[in-house]
Amino acid sequence: MTAPNQPTLRTFVAYVEDQPGVLNRIASLFRRRNFNIVSLNVGRTHEAGISRMTVVVEADDDKALRIEANLYKLVNVLSVEDISKQPNIVRDIALIKVKAPPEKRSEVLQLCQVFRARALDVGPDTLVVEVTGTQDKIEGLLAILAPFGVLEMVQSGTVAMTRGDISSAAKSIAQERPRIAVA
Amino acid sequence: MAQPSTNPSAPPRIVPEPGIRTLTGAQIIWDALERQGVEVVFGYPGGAIMPAYDALPGSTIRHVLVRHEQGAAHMADGYARASGRVGVAVATSGPGATNLVTGIANAMMDSIPIVCITGQVASTLIGSDAFQEIDFTGITLPITKHNFLVTRTEDIMPTIKQAFYIASSGRPGPVVVDIAKDAQNRSIEYQYDPSPVRLPGYRPERLPLPEELREAKEMIMEAKRPIIFCGHGVIRANATSLLLELVHKTNIPVALTLLGLGGFPARHERSLGMMGMHGEAWVNKAIQEADLIIALGMRFDDRVTGNLKTYAPNAKKIHVELDPAEINKNVKVDLPLLGDVREILRLLLPHLGPGDCAAWLAYIEELKGDSAVRDIQDLPDNGRLFAPHVINDLWRYTDGKALVVTDVGQHQMWEAQYYKHDHPRKLLTSGGAGTMGFALPAAMGARLACPNDEIWVIAGDGGFQMTASELATCAQENIKVNVAIINNGFLGMVRQWQQFFYGGRYVATPIKSPDYVMLAQAHGLKGICVTKRSDVRAAVEQARSNAETTLIDFRVEQQDSVYPMVPAGADLDAMIRRPKPELKSAPHNPIFETGDDK
Ligand SMILES: Cc1ncc(C[n+]2csc(CCOP(=O)(O)OP(=O)(O)O)c2C)c(N)n1
Repeated sequence: MTAPNQPTLRTFVAYVEDQPGVLNRIASLFRRRNFNIVSLNVGRTHEAGISRMTVVVEADDDKALRIEANLYKLVNVLSVEDISKQPNIVRDIALIKVKAPPEKRSEVLQLCQVFRARALDVGPDTLVVEVTGTQDKIEGLLAILAPFGVLEMVQSGTVAMTRGDISSAAKSIAQERPRIAVA
Repeated sequence: MAQPSTNPSAPPRIVPEPGIRTLTGAQIIWDALERQGVEVVFGYPGGAIMPAYDALPGSTIRHVLVRHEQGAAHMADGYARASGRVGVAVATSGPGATNLVTGIANAMMDSIPIVCITGQVASTLIGSDAFQEIDFTGITLPITKHNFLVTRTEDIMPTIKQAFYIASSGRPGPVVVDIAKDAQNRSIEYQYDPSPVRLPGYRPERLPLPEELREAKEMIMEAKRPIIFCGHGVIRANATSLLLELVHKTNIPVALTLLGLGGFPARHERSLGMMGMHGEAWVNKAIQEADLIIALGMRFDDRVTGNLKTYAPNAKKIHVELDPAEINKNVKVDLPLLGDVREILRLLLPHLGPGDCAAWLAYIEELKGDSAVRDIQDLPDNGRLFAPHVINDLWRYTDGKALVVTDVGQHQMWEAQYYKHDHPRKLLTSGGAGTMGFALPAAMGARLACPNDEIWVIAGDGGFQMTASELATCAQENIKVNVAIINNGFLGMVRQWQQFFYGGRYVATPIKSPDYVMLAQAHGLKGICVTKRSDVRAAVEQARSNAETTLIDFRVEQQDSVYPMVPAGADLDAMIRRPKPELKSAPHNPIFETGDDK
């Protein structure tokens, strides 16, 4: 266990209205309040008109509460939850283009298998592999591939979800849902 | 919770329901504003808002033509502060809108409900750098509670309803509604929708849990050296009479923030006065020695706390606050009570009674006695006029009942120290932003909100010149306010900092003024110049009896400073005191003329 007031990586899940400018409002809030975003992901949900954001921030307990409270102040933010202290699943996806001439190809593929990375494209001298997992896992694969020559790499923002039952953020959206259409 | 109306404190208005009509977006703007109870707007026309102006004569709303859009925003702000209702400013796109920015930021910092309606270039042109196109929702994003860009005529009415609801509910704040010109021009089939606003992500109301209230009660009853902080939230929540009841029940003394002044009667025996940078020594000392702080609707601003590391080290802190984002922001509190101050006091009061703080009260009396000869009493009567005297005399001659609007600087602090406000919404001042130029336009807004109040502007010669052009608006619109210019020939507060912290190098602080009497006359208004204390009274009475706005140019001591002062970031009880004057045999000019003034 970390001490209660040490800054750690905190993961927030926020449901937001899918409207122009909402991402800008959230980015502006973090910039203005001097909260440093480690990772930010926005995407659709199974509900039309609602997007889900995953924001990873370095914060201690007090700051985490203030981030949550400040997010709530945005009119377009429907619900927020700090899921860091619940059992959760956190995933990033990375695509890595690595140098793999025919004589090295099988060696690279074997290493990728250890990381459960998949080859998406095989070129004459390169491989594009896809890896999903935590930041640690992606970094691990990158380190292993480095000696072969990493040519390109792209990584998504983190997405996260609590394990088990429906999260409280999602539940409150489900309850709010009937009200959303009214202006 | 169901919301009876979007602007609850607006006077009830019977608007006949005309059914479905064909209206332009411009006409809808005014109809929607009327339905929010708007009686007056402050604005300035221009290309992108011309359709709205063209439709204005069909409305019951009064329009006040300002001289600069900053004035419009401050007038809307003053209107809102004085009335508790939403103030409205109107401007065109581009430079018209950007001129509002200072006023919007000022309203944001002090949580003032204003709605700014701005024109925007046609939706088809947005993004093309069209003439006078400026991304106003982008600019105002961090200085508004929320903002909207409206590009469809159908959205105008619902957006204006939402804007008023957001501006006035919860922790209030400014809202911008930027409306594209083509949306103003188009006609649609229109009927006002009176149903309450529902915003799924916006929940302004909350209440503490019963166990939190129980804990608060225990902390209050156990405290030996408790102190209540009265902040702006007390006034906003109309909780002043409940606070009075709290004090009568518990006997706990009250210190006030600048924006909280008037939230508890200054002349009440439990009032300690303003705290913080220019608070009296006994107030700050009491805070440092308290064992419990009950902070009501305030946010522990750095001007209030001084050095956070040494701030109120022995005090447990209960923070009654509407905005959860304020909890533990500057000062770590022991018990946050989230919700409306009034609701929370109402729930707490039945469980409270007199605690055991007699020794504490006696101690505070002792502290007061220590500095009972207030700094100002030692001012030698050298024939000159001192700003604190002017303000104290103004307080006396207006029976402490005027609605005073200050600008920013030394005079603002002297006002806070020497004009004793016993009632809420009678001191309007720019606290969070400290915006020079606020006073005159804000007072004009207050005038329209409170036609029966006696209104006084107290401004420095620097700040007054920033928005003095609104004198022409006073003349054109027959808006009568009284203006006391505390003319010291310096940007006084900056000069004071230069004196204390920059080796007395008065760089860019000496400031020349026009002849204010002639300036007033040039506008068809009245002006008076006062150089002696003995002339203060006649000038004040003359101003009050004049039908038109009257300027008094008080030529005060040039290099006087505001005492006491806690330097920025210093410990709260490490104050700079007024240097003891050579008492000699010089006759004194005491500010306290009778015993009961204390
Ligand atoms: C718009 C703006 N510009 C600059 C300042 C910085 N400032 C704070 S107080 C002050 C001096 C004000 O001088 P004056 O209006 O003459 O009032 P006094 O302090 O002399 O009473 C200045 C320049 C400010 N608060 N607002």
